[in-house]
This record gives sequence, structure tokens and C-alpha cells, in this order.
Amino acid sequence: MRFLAKRIGFYVLAAWAAVSLNFLIPHFLPGGPVEAALSRFQGQLSAQAATALAAEFGLGAHQGFLPQYWHYLDDVVHGNLGVSFTYFPEPVSTVIGQSLPWTVVMVGLAIIIAWCLGTLIGIVMGARRGSWIDGLLPGAAFIRGLPQFWIGLLAVGFLAIKLGWFPASGGYSASLATPSFTVAFIGSAIQHAILPVLCIVAGSMVGNMILMRNMMVTTLAEEYVQAAEAKGLPRSRVMFAYAARNAILPSVVSFALELGFTVSGALLVEEIFSYPGIGFVLFQAIGNEDYPLMQGIFLIITLAVLGANIVADLTLSVLDPRTRSGEDAR
Amino acid sequence: MKAARSVVPGPGRSGTGLRGRLALAVRAGRRSPKLIAGTAILSLFAFVTAFGPLLAPDNPSADSQQILSGPSLHHLLGTTYSGQDVLSELLTGTRTTILAAVVAALLAELISVAIGVTAGYLGGLPGEGLSAVANVVLVLPVLPLEIILAAYFPNLDWLGVALIIAITSWPFNARVLRAQTLSMRRRPFVDAARSAGEPNWRIIATVIVPNLRAVILTGLLFNLLFATLVQTSLAFLGIGNVTDWSWGTMFYWIENAQASLRGAWWWYVPPGLCIGLFGLGLGLVNLGLDEHLNPRLRRLRRPAAARRRARSLPIPAALAGDDRPEAGLASR
Repeated sequence: MRFLAKRIGFYVLAAWAAVSLNFLIPHFLPGGPVEAALSRFQGQLSAQAATALAAEFGLGAHQGFLPQYWHYLDDVVHGNLGVSFTYFPEPVSTVIGQSLPWTVVMVGLAIIIAWCLGTLIGIVMGARRGSWIDGLLPGAAFIRGLPQFWIGLLAVGFLAIKLGWFPASGGYSASLATPSFTVAFIGSAIQHAILPVLCIVAGSMVGNMILMRNMMVTTLAEEYVQAAEAKGLPRSRVMFAYAARNAILPSVVSFALELGFTVSGALLVEEIFSYPGIGFVLFQAIGNEDYPLMQGIFLIITLAVLGANIVADLTLSVLDPRTRSGEDAR
Repeated sequence: MKAARSVVPGPGRSGTGLRGRLALAVRAGRRSPKLIAGTAILSLFAFVTAFGPLLAPDNPSADSQQILSGPSLHHLLGTTYSGQDVLSELLTGTRTTILAAVVAALLAELISVAIGVTAGYLGGLPGEGLSAVANVVLVLPVLPLEIILAAYFPNLDWLGVALIIAITSWPFNARVLRAQTLSMRRRPFVDAARSAGEPNWRIIATVIVPNLRAVILTGLLFNLLFATLVQTSLAFLGIGNVTDWSWGTMFYWIENAQASLRGAWWWYVPPGLCIGLFGLGLGLVNLGLDEHLNPRLRRLRRPAAARRRARSLPIPAALAGDDRPEAGLASR
């Protein structure tokens, strides 16, 4: 349990660092762009919203640095992330609250599928090293270099527009006016999610696959695996219970380490499909110089990634006995 | 072939003069077709980076009446929504893209070495502190972090974008290097340097870092691909100066004109293929180097012999164990 306590301590530190960075960046970088964007809303902001924005972005000198930091921390703890310029006068927290569930379900599902599929294929590739399957490696190197959003562009252009197999954009059919928990709506939502999920899986599966394959090759040369083979255990048992069980650990660690990047890539796929998630909102925010929304999205994505990291650590502590005996397996 | 040369192990390394070294590189290359293919692809991109704007048949920013026309003899890769020549944009944009990737990759690796090796060598509280900083920056999602940094500098040029990528993408390699340094810190040759009274910075610079060159090289390859992907994603989102041609800004205009909905495949396919090809070149060089350093990953032509060899050779932990730098190339 010391392992988990240490890790949770680390995540608290990381969360504090993210929250503070979110405050420090606007304070130390040139404030001109924010003031210019803010001036468009002169007179429309309530007094309370104006002071909150001033504290977050370090505008106006009537408050010192530390009181502003305090004010900002207080706002963050209460979920007050300011007012969005794009969706004025909606607060940032409302805008994020509406788009976050879409992202969590679609992107979350895609990343989990990608990891499981990549691991499985990697195990098979490792087990059959030296066969024709090795010839696929350069192809894999090609795919893992591709940006996910480009795979999305291809999918829209060819599968959705040219062949008409899938809807090209949106999270649900435009004929269903508002989201609801009806069969028609959920069916439409699933239909719209298939293609973006496929793109994210295709884009982010390959890396884990190659890692898993190489770890399998390395593990299969270990003496305990050869001993298991010599005992005459069934091949599948040697592969999964002896080799894969140990080879999978780095793959769990790298899943956690790379999650921030995987999620970033997936957010761009949302934009390609005009999927109503966080990535699409982020694109709007950049286009409209909506600083409070950008900052809020950074904060939310970071916290989500930290949360997923904790889950990965829990998994690791189940899989790797070294973590339970207090050794630092990371 | 530079890459191959620097990792050729054994007595051959002392091969004198350029000719001896070239011969060695060729021999290493013949054993690894992957290395040759990868180097050829990267050379092609280096060539286009140097001469791309001269090769471009048109001014990439010149509008014309021919809107969204497919590939033809006049426009080999067709035209954009404002009638610009796609091939010219691609050739001109390659320079900015590759230059920014190279600058970002080198700078990030420099930070990784400085922080990772120092953290590993010092150990104790200072080492733990540096390592904690690296781990915190590592869990922050790169793209949103870079967006909130870049958003405060409107019309950032490629150098600015490269700097932002460098200061946010060093932690992964720093972690790898720290782990490597930790395992090297108590080896006899380091102890020898220490007892000879060498100052810490000299031990790091002349003993530790040269021994990490394979790991550093792998890290650089990884950084190049990572920087290209991130830079393209940022430009696609409209960060930086969108009128400055790069593969990423091409994607910005592609998305702006909804090219995929209009069926203009000649516009959105080429820049993605370029990124994929560049990644393939880096990946092939990486695979080639990997097989060179870790015989277990080679194709087993003579299984028994290969196994015997594999067991007698020490495998650098970074290439065989948890902290495989290539793990990152993966889904990143």
C-alpha cells in the first residue's frame, strides 16, 4: 500500500502544479491578447465575473499577486472557471460540463479498446517472431507516425462521404433536436461514434502493439519461460500465463505515461468529426481567442488524465507484486 | 549513415580515418536493410528541406481561378479552395516543418540530458526533486499545455513554436536517461573518474554522457517524430502564424475549407503521407539501430546461434526493459 500512497501523493502534487501553472502562465506571459479579447465584452460582464477574470489573468493592479492567487484557488475549488467568450454569457464550467460526457465516453472507450487490442496483437506478434509477421513491423512504424486527425480526414473523405457508410459529422442525428435517453437517440449516438472510435483505435493502437511485441520477444528468452516450455505445458499457457503476464507491465506503465498525449491526439479527431466533445470546444476557443475556456479545458483534461493514471496505478499494483512490497516499480 | 557509425561496437570503432569509418558504416548497413531504407527516406526529406522552395513550381500563396481542381499536368497535386498549387505548398512547407522539428528535438534532448543525467548522477534529495519535476510535467497533457502557452503570443513563428514544443516535451527522455544514469553511477569506470578527483560536471560530460549515446540517439529520433506530430497538431488548431506554409498550416486551411467533405483528396492526403513517410524513415532507423544493439529483436535465421549470442551479450536496459524510449514513439 505504500506504493499507492506514494503515487496518490504524487498526483496531488501534479494536480496542484497544473492548477498553479494555469494561474502562472497568464500572469507571466504578455497580457495584451487577453485584454484585447476581454475589451469586446466591456460593460457586459457582471462586476463579480470581472473581478474573477481579473484574478485569473492578473489584469488590473488593484489586487496583489498572492491575494489574486488565493481568489483564483477559491474559484477553482468552487468550480468557477470564469465566463466563456465564445458562448457568452455561459460560464466555462457549463460549457465544459455539456461537452465532457461526450469525450469521456467516446475517447475513453476508444483508448481502452486500442490498448487491449494492441496488447493482444503484440502478444501474438511476439509469440510468432521470426515468421512473416515480422515483415509487418515497418508498416506499423508508418502507421504510428500518422497524426490521428489525418486518419480522421481520410475516414470522413472515403468511408463517410464517398461510400456513405457512416455519418460524417456530429454526435447524433440532426433530426433529434436535443440529447435524451431514448432508444432512437442512443442508437444515433452509437452510429455517430463508430467512425471516430475506429480512427482513434487505429491511430493509437500500434505503439502499444510494438512495445508489447518487443517485450514478449525479450521475455520469451527468459529461463523461466524455457523451463515452462521444457515441462511440456501447453503453448498458449506458456505464452499468456508465463510470458505475457510479465511482459505486460511496461505496457501498463507506458499507457499511463502516454495518456496525456493519446488524449490530446483524440481531441483533434473530435474536431474532424465535429463531435460535440471537449476537442471541438477547444477548437472554437482557440479560434475565438477565448482564454478562460482554453484555460478551463487545460485544467479539466489534466485532472481527467490524472484520474485515469490513478486507475492505471491500481491495475499495476494488482499485476506487479513488487509494487506491493514497497519497491518502486516505476 | 552517421547514425550507424556512432553505434558500431567493438574494436572496429577505432578504424582510422574517414574511409575506414565509411567501410564500417556500409558493412553495418548491409546487415540492416532497415537502416539503409530509413536513412534514404530521411535524406530525401533533408533534400526537400534544403531545396523545397526552389523546386516549387508556383508561388504557394498565389491564388488562381482554378478552384479545387484535381491533379493535372498543370497542377500535379491539384489546387486548393483558393486555387493555390498543392505541390508548391507541400514543397515549401516541408522546410518549416522539418526545421522546427529539428530545433525542437535537439533542444528538448538537451534539456532531457541536462535534467535526466544530473538527476540520476546526483541522486538523493536533489535528484528526487528533479525527477519529480520531470514526472509532473510528463503527466500534463502536452497539447492543451502548449495551447495555453502559445495562445498568449499571436502569430508565433516556427521558431517560437519549436521552443514551446521543446520546453514541454523533454520529460520522457529525461526519465529514461535518469534510469540509465542511476544504473551507471556505481560502475567501476565512474568510480575511477571520481577517485581521480574529477569534478562532477566533468564526469557527467566526459564519462556518463558518451556512454549514453545510443539512448540519446534513440531519444532524438523519437523527439523528431513527436515534434513533427505536435507541431502539425498545433498548426492544424490555428496556433501560430497560419499564413506561414508548413504541413500543419496546410491542414488548418484544409479543415477551414472542409476539404474532406468536398472530396478534395489531393489536398488532404499528401501532407499526411509526408508525415507518415517521415515517421517511417525515423522508425526504420530506430528499428535498425535496435536490432544492432539488441540481437534478440533480429530475425532468427540461425536460431541456435542467435540464442547463444543473445545470452552472452549484455542488453542495454533502456532498449530491453521498462523504459524503452521507443515505447513513446508508439501512441504519442
